Amino acid sequence: MNAPQPLAFVNARLVDPESSYDGPGGVIVSEGVITDVAKGREFGKLSKAVRVVDCGGALLAPGLIDLRVRTGEPGAETKETLASAAKAAAAGGVTSFVVQPDTAPAIDDPSMVDFILRRARDVDSARILVAGAATKGLLGEQMAEIGLMREAGCVYVTDAGKPIVDSKVMQRVLTYAKGFDTLLAHRPMDPWLGRGGAAIGGEFAGRMGLPSISPMAERIMLERDVALLEATGGKLLVDQISSAQALETLARAKGKGLRINASVSINHLSFNELDIGDYRTFAKLNPPLRGEDDRQALIEALASGLIDIVVSSHSPAPAEDKRLPFDEAAPGAVGLETLLPALLSLYHEERLPLLDLIRAVTLAPAQLLGLRGGRLAPGAPADLVLCDIDAPLIVDAARLLSKSKNSPFDGRRLQGQVLMTVVDGRVVHRAEG
Amino acid sequence: MTASAHDPARAAIDTIRARVFAFPKRHFLSAGDLNAPQAADLLDLADAFVALNRQTSKTLDILKGRTLMNLFFENSTRTQSSFELAGKRLGADVVNMNPKTSSVAKGETLIDTAVTLNAMRPDLLVVRHASSGAASLLSQKVSGHVVNAGDGQHEHPTQALLDALSIRRAFGRVSGLTVAICGDVLHSRVARSNVALLHTLGASVRLVGPPTLMPAQAERWGVAVHHDMKSGLAGADVVMMLRLQLERMQGAFVPSTREYFRFYGLDREKLSRAAPGVRVMHPGPMNRGVEIDSDVADDPAVSLIQDQVEMGVAARMAVLTSLAARLEPVGS
Repeated sequence: MNAPQPLAFVNARLVDPESSYDGPGGVIVSEGVITDVAKGREFGKLSKAVRVVDCGGALLAPGLIDLRVRTGEPGAETKETLASAAKAAAAGGVTSFVVQPDTAPAIDDPSMVDFILRRARDVDSARILVAGAATKGLLGEQMAEIGLMREAGCVYVTDAGKPIVDSKVMQRVLTYAKGFDTLLAHRPMDPWLGRGGAAIGGEFAGRMGLPSISPMAERIMLERDVALLEATGGKLLVDQISSAQALETLARAKGKGLRINASVSINHLSFNELDIGDYRTFAKLNPPLRGEDDRQALIEALASGLIDIVVSSHSPAPAEDKRLPFDEAAPGAVGLETLLPALLSLYHEERLPLLDLIRAVTLAPAQLLGLRGGRLAPGAPADLVLCDIDAPLIVDAARLLSKSKNSPFDGRRLQGQVLMTVVDGRVVHRAEG
Repeated sequence: MTASAHDPARAAIDTIRARVFAFPKRHFLSAGDLNAPQAADLLDLADAFVALNRQTSKTLDILKGRTLMNLFFENSTRTQSSFELAGKRLGADVVNMNPKTSSVAKGETLIDTAVTLNAMRPDLLVVRHASSGAASLLSQKVSGHVVNAGDGQHEHPTQALLDALSIRRAFGRVSGLTVAICGDVLHSRVARSNVALLHTLGASVRLVGPPTLMPAQAERWGVAVHHDMKSGLAGADVVMMLRLQLERMQGAFVPSTREYFRFYGLDREKLSRAAPGVRVMHPGPMNRGVEIDSDVADDPAVSLIQDQVEMGVAARMAVLTSLAARLEPVGS
């Protein structure tokens, strides 16, 4: 493959979270890296070899980094492959994503990490990173080979949607991972309070007659995790925090100076429990949607910086897994393609400045994992997204590039159209027309 | 004087024909789908069917040429027979499907089953399923009219209708009565449908049961919540007992059968708190000595339990008739 032509993006609205710059400018990329960034000025005379892209005032930002994406590879390739997920990512302006280890078989040893990374080399529309399992088979019993998986290239460890129930195992994982300075992502949910549940307990679930998960299930396990973190001094990412109660716990832990961060899924910033009305299984998620008070608390926590990171929580489930009675239906939603426009809703509703929203999907995840991306600076990887943030959009699930079309955003009116996505200096997506 | 005045069966049929109306919705999924006049019309029609059902000759041709499919994913001899009898008395061809023992057990989804059965063109589909929302999901995929015969812990609207019919016939009205629904409200679709319909009909509803068997924020359903039978039954005109599943008793939601009966089982002593002339109901099947004492259950002066079973057939005939009234006439 020939080296891609150098590109000069001019006449853009640059948003760079690292320098906290939001204003006019341009970026030049060459040989896979950003070579020049003009903030509030114009480039001098450009060489003829450079292709100039007039951005027409559209947003130019670092490509999105999504810390939580499930594919079906290996084991459920009909739902999603690495390649199909990468196409969806490119269409959504996501230039790097971390695949979860809850595949079949699970990514719980170095050879599986290596397998995914080798497969990822053949995919050029996004950078694919891997999270390894924290425990063997995601069973929460024996520690996985965290050191070897790190060496093979995994970026963090997690048991994905499964909480590590045994506190002793959790303590050991935190302690051991610390030795490799490895981040543990953990979804807190007390298994007993959540057992058999399909929706968060409350007035709404009660009326619908849905088996319920106690609203406290998340907070109780997070309290335990924080206590263990305090004792061990490890590094913890609270995976998809979803309740106002747990935010209080998180605030206390951050106040103590623990190495703790939290992610929230775009779904929990966009929907509440009323969206499962009439048993809409496309809005059945893990963690389940909660009340509007919780959604508002999550938005406020993102605005205040208590929550650092927003993830798509991309989780493909084909219609046959979704078109079932609510308590039997698979949880999860695809999200790579709708992450950016859905996030921009918070900007259009004047809830958060654009810079803070972009930070939560670029620089913040990059810093947490020690990646070089997520910023517009010379030397940074040439991963960019160009987006018309005002363009209206009606989400049509049937037109999503994901192999699975389970989007709760189907039919929603959003604003923000990705015009172009650049990975490693190459244009990997361009809007039609 | 008309001929029918001498022939009660003819009179009942004439009344039925005069009262038939098209059901307000395409499907009957929830008791909350009915407003007060619609519910009253349905009860009036059901009343006429009660009169017919008490005649020697009970059969009609209202559903002649129609196919009624009973689709019971969850076993229920009582409800299924009630619908079967209702369909047959109306002249329909009735088919009973028990997917538990057929292809659903082999991994076919509810939707696939629905689509398959739909191709057999049933006019009316009666559905019972263990998952909340299953009847609603199925109704989106079939061309016939769906009757929810119980979906998980959500609704059982024909039960609420037959309960309202039993109450109205016993008291002459529903409006203004105080109805105490007692026991395992949390898992009860009967309770949810009854709360909705009794509200619509103007009754005042209380829910009585241990806190572990009460849904979260049930007081926001517009009911009074009691955890003590004494206060819950005080002055009640109707006491509606709910069935407690045995597996929920052994330490899971309540400590033991005997403790449950001591505090929440209906006996004479507890019933003495209720209003004079109180009537006792139970959707069946009863756990005697667990939620209700036989002494109360079998006393014809207070118990409406046998009436409920009789009203069940009539209420279901009314629902099937009015849903079928939405169909194109046979032979058109």
